[in-house]
Amino acid sequence: MLRVENLKKYFPVQKSALEVLLSRRRDFIRAVDGVSFEMKRGEVLSLVGESGCGKTTTGRIIVGLERPTGGKIYFKDREISSLSEEEQRKMKKYIQMVFQDPYASLNPRMKVGEHLVESLTIHGIAGNEEAKEIAMSMLDRVGLPGEQFYNRMPYQLSGGQRQRVAIARAMILKPEFVVADEPVSMIDVSLRAAILDLLMSFKEEYNLSMLFITHDLSVARIVGDRIAVMYLGKIMEMGKTREVIHNPKHPYTAALLSSVPSFLKKERRVEIIGDIANPIDIPSGCRYHPRCPFAREKCKKEEPELVCEEHSFACHFPLEGGF
Amino acid sequence: MLLDIENLTTIFRTRRGVVRAVDNVSISIKKGEFVSIVGESGCGKSTLAHSVMKLIDHPGEILGGKITFDGLDLLSLSDEEMRKIRGDKIGMVFQNPMTSLDPLEKVGDQISETIMEHMNVTKKEAWQMAREMLEKVGLQPERVDSYPHQLSGGQRQRVMIAMAISLNPKLLIADEPTTALDVIVQEKIMDFLEDMKREGRAVILITHDFALAAERSDRIAVMYAGWLVEMGDAEALTNDPLHPYTKGLIQSVPDVWMDKEIKPLPGFPPDLINPPEGCRFRPRCPNASEMCMREPPEVEVDGRVVKCWLYG
Ligand SMILES: Nc1ncnc2c1ncn2[C@@H]1O[C@H](COP(=O)(O)OP(=O)(O)OP(=O)(O)O)[C@@H](O)[C@H]1O
Ligand SMILES: Nc1ncnc2c1ncn2[C@@H]1O[C@H](COP(=O)(O)OP(=O)(O)O)[C@@H](O)[C@H]1O
Ligand code: SF4
Ligand code: SF4
Ligand SMILES: [Mg+2]
Ligand SMILES: [Mg+2]
Repeated sequence: MLRVENLKKYFPVQKSALEVLLSRRRDFIRAVDGVSFEMKRGEVLSLVGESGCGKTTTGRIIVGLERPTGGKIYFKDREISSLSEEEQRKMKKYIQMVFQDPYASLNPRMKVGEHLVESLTIHGIAGNEEAKEIAMSMLDRVGLPGEQFYNRMPYQLSGGQRQRVAIARAMILKPEFVVADEPVSMIDVSLRAAILDLLMSFKEEYNLSMLFITHDLSVARIVGDRIAVMYLGKIMEMGKTREVIHNPKHPYTAALLSSVPSFLKKERRVEIIGDIANPIDIPSGCRYHPRCPFAREKCKKEEPELVCEEHSFACHFPLEGGF
Repeated sequence: MLLDIENLTTIFRTRRGVVRAVDNVSISIKKGEFVSIVGESGCGKSTLAHSVMKLIDHPGEILGGKITFDGLDLLSLSDEEMRKIRGDKIGMVFQNPMTSLDPLEKVGDQISETIMEHMNVTKKEAWQMAREMLEKVGLQPERVDSYPHQLSGGQRQRVMIAMAISLNPKLLIADEPTTALDVIVQEKIMDFLEDMKREGRAVILITHDFALAAERSDRIAVMYAGWLVEMGDAEALTNDPLHPYTKGLIQSVPDVWMDKEIKPLPGFPPDLINPPEGCRFRPRCPNASEMCMREPPEVEVDGRVVKCWLYG
């Protein structure tokens, strides 16, 4: 369905004119620094990691909101950047995104229903009249009865209701691939389960593949078939959800797991040292080594490869024993 | 008791009517205790905290009840006296760190100004204390020279905490201090709050993350639609919730280590201008009966406070 190869995104660092003159060197934020993965039809991959590790940027590149600095994306075995503009536009219909902030993702001057109609007409799927009908039934489907909600403005909706509109807007195009960027992190806890249910019901209905971005591993546990753990622009560990949660190999995964609040008492804890490194100045060798309690000499010099197997991880000294 | 909130009622007079944001709530906290207040958004958690700080402005009003802190009757204090308590004795971390820091002032200036307002120290001493505070919350002391926009969300939140504890308060109230942050930063902040507790201070954590409250607190108070619906020992309350709302909340959240069936809570919290008659949870409650058309009493069951007819 989707294959991503060695994806990279470097953002140039904003500097004052003087700094540019003096340093001559251009600095880059390496937001995504060589990410590769594959997803099957109907599969959900959770992309987890702490703030600033490059999750959103990865998602934005895949849906075409950001141009990659390097790497290739294949959608149904066709490389996206090699397609003609016309073909790329067509493909966009099949790849949709649901954003983290339901307050920023809707147009404050547009009625709820118009968001959905616009989505349909832009892609030439339906004329105005028909689009309105489809929009009404879509609103019903996401639990916002069209009769009541079509004419409302975004400011009249709660965060959870806005997120339903955003989901409706993405799903009305019957996409095959969806990037959901922390779709519930800004929503009240008690409403999260219902929003997740809604997303998952679309996933079943359309046999969607979904890249589900979250920093909450407890959410990843219930939504994803597989988990990919990202740190400073690279995937550190990837595998089946349960396998990664109960038998993490990478010290970073283990540290993330140790810090998730849980109703159960933690039996094992793995520490993490200090704050996330600066993505302008990525550490040598294993990029996690300054924060890793198990780092040895080798880790500072050699970058571990992500061994590609069913459960893959990039670490010279993987953990044993599980959680 | 360090803090004793008795029958507190705080309202907002809006154009549409009176919002009873906190309705007859009683909670008390000992020294060295960590208490979490949980509940959905809009159920009155922040209003309760602001009431303790006497930071309820027009159109809000503390309508009734008594707040005793360290032997002082807070509601009878003058603004001047209250200003000394705030920061000095009770520190508060507000829900939105970006709006509560001044974007044009260095972090160090903001912390040292707070210190100088309350303590008789020189600018230099205050600046030195600001550095120490930042170190305490896990930031580099050099951050005194940073402006808020140069910090990440987690770092700003830690600056807010540094400010709140700079005067060594006996009680710290943290209103959703980590909601927007990732789990690793959250853990650091929570470890820090627990250290405060170990030093014999009291901590009130306001959160909507039940697992977080369960993990960190001694006691949990659950609020719904302005009411305190259940309160008790954190472990007992999480393992065996009594109130149908507490049960529903716990069932609606996933857990990283457990396979459990996740059930969304049906419906929404009520409009507090026009709450349902009788029990306010009635329209969403799977156990509602005829009796629930009347307001349930607050009763004590096994050392736990529960406001529900199932136990009344
Ligand atoms: N347009 C941009 N210009 C410059 N830097 C950027 C830009 N977008 C992202 N970055 C930087 O790239 C890195 C990765 O950002 P990204 O938003 O992908 O992180 P994330 O993993 O989604 O984090 P969060 O959990 O906070 O959403 C960060 O250091 C960020 O500051
Ligand atoms: N300044 C205000 N004016 C009017 N209503 C308010 C104000 N502040 C809070 N409220 C109302 O009081 C209730 C409780 O709000 P709040 O204490 O912020 O809840 P929580 O912190 O639990 O999310 C809500 O119905 C909210 O809309
Ligand atoms: S390679 Fe070394 S530093 Fe990196 S995660 Fe593994 S043990 Fe830690
Ligand atoms: S009083 Fe009745 S409606 Fe309210 S929580 Fe108890 S059983 Fe449910
Ligand atoms: Mg993001
Ligand atoms: Mg609040």
